[in-house]
Amino acid sequence: MTASTSTERTARSPKVLAIASGGGHWVQLMRLRPAFADAAVTFVTVRPSYQSDVPGEDFRVIPDATRWNKFKLLLMAAKIFWIVATVRPDVVVSTGAAPGYFAIRFGKWFRARTCWIDSIANAEELSLSGQQIRPHASLVLTQWPHVAEASGVEFAGGVL
Amino acid sequence: MILVTVGYQMAFDRLVDAVDQWAAEHPDAEMFAQIGPSELRPKNMPFTAFMEPVEFTRRVEECSVLVAHAGMGSILTALQYGKPILVMPRHAAKGETRNDHQIATAQRLGERPGIEVAVDEREIAEKLDRLSNLSAPPKISNVASPELVTRLQRFIAGTD
Repeated sequence: MTASTSTERTARSPKVLAIASGGGHWVQLMRLRPAFADAAVTFVTVRPSYQSDVPGEDFRVIPDATRWNKFKLLLMAAKIFWIVATVRPDVVVSTGAAPGYFAIRFGKWFRARTCWIDSIANAEELSLSGQQIRPHASLVLTQWPHVAEASGVEFAGGVL
Repeated sequence: MILVTVGYQMAFDRLVDAVDQWAAEHPDAEMFAQIGPSELRPKNMPFTAFMEPVEFTRRVEECSVLVAHAGMGSILTALQYGKPILVMPRHAAKGETRNDHQIATAQRLGERPGIEVAVDEREIAEKLDRLSNLSAPPKISNVASPELVTRLQRFIAGTD
């Protein structure tokens, strides 16, 4: 019975795909880690060396690309699709940018609930990716109250 | 030790060059620069194109002050280690980034203690002269605000 109880518990802990591109996007995702405490997390990013930030965790690397390199973007999207299709997360969380856009689009096809946290770097208005993902994500958050007011997107604190 | 960093995605020669010129006039200043994918070869300070996260963290711990682009990775890392940071925003019109979000970031975050903003390369030299006046910011924790962590926890648990 003990075994089955622990299996049930494992079955109930949500699978989270936490995904971000490099630099500030990844640093912000790392600052959200306490929110993943009760989840089984797969971290996805663009630089293999970031593994040292999440030792012992499920960690995947995707090709780096921005919206200005269409071919690399396609490779990135394909790899993300593969990860989403095999991991089958219950929840997708992203701090941007392009990788988060794809993961949320694909995650939605697999019925994941999806959350986009717009980078704190977007202090003037929602980022372009944020605006594009808005109709598709279950939850979009900005880290600036005045951006929330102007855009109608929710503000619930920031990474700082 | 003054640590110069421009992130890993794009070069920021306008900043690196300005700091290198300042270093020529201050041979006693101990410097190290991470200059990104750049053709520039600074003559007056040791430099590298990229740093892995472990090395970057070590150099941030060792430095007395950071001089950086106004990227969130650089700013958040400086604050996490309680180091003062002098930032110069990248300009899209000069091909240094894709949009001008760093200008807004610098404006908003420049109000925080320990973060100093130089609008251009002339101001960088001026502010480098007065670096010793920059007081160290209070170390921030390495996690997001409790409000944001709780919001995200509720979303992941599906109780929001």
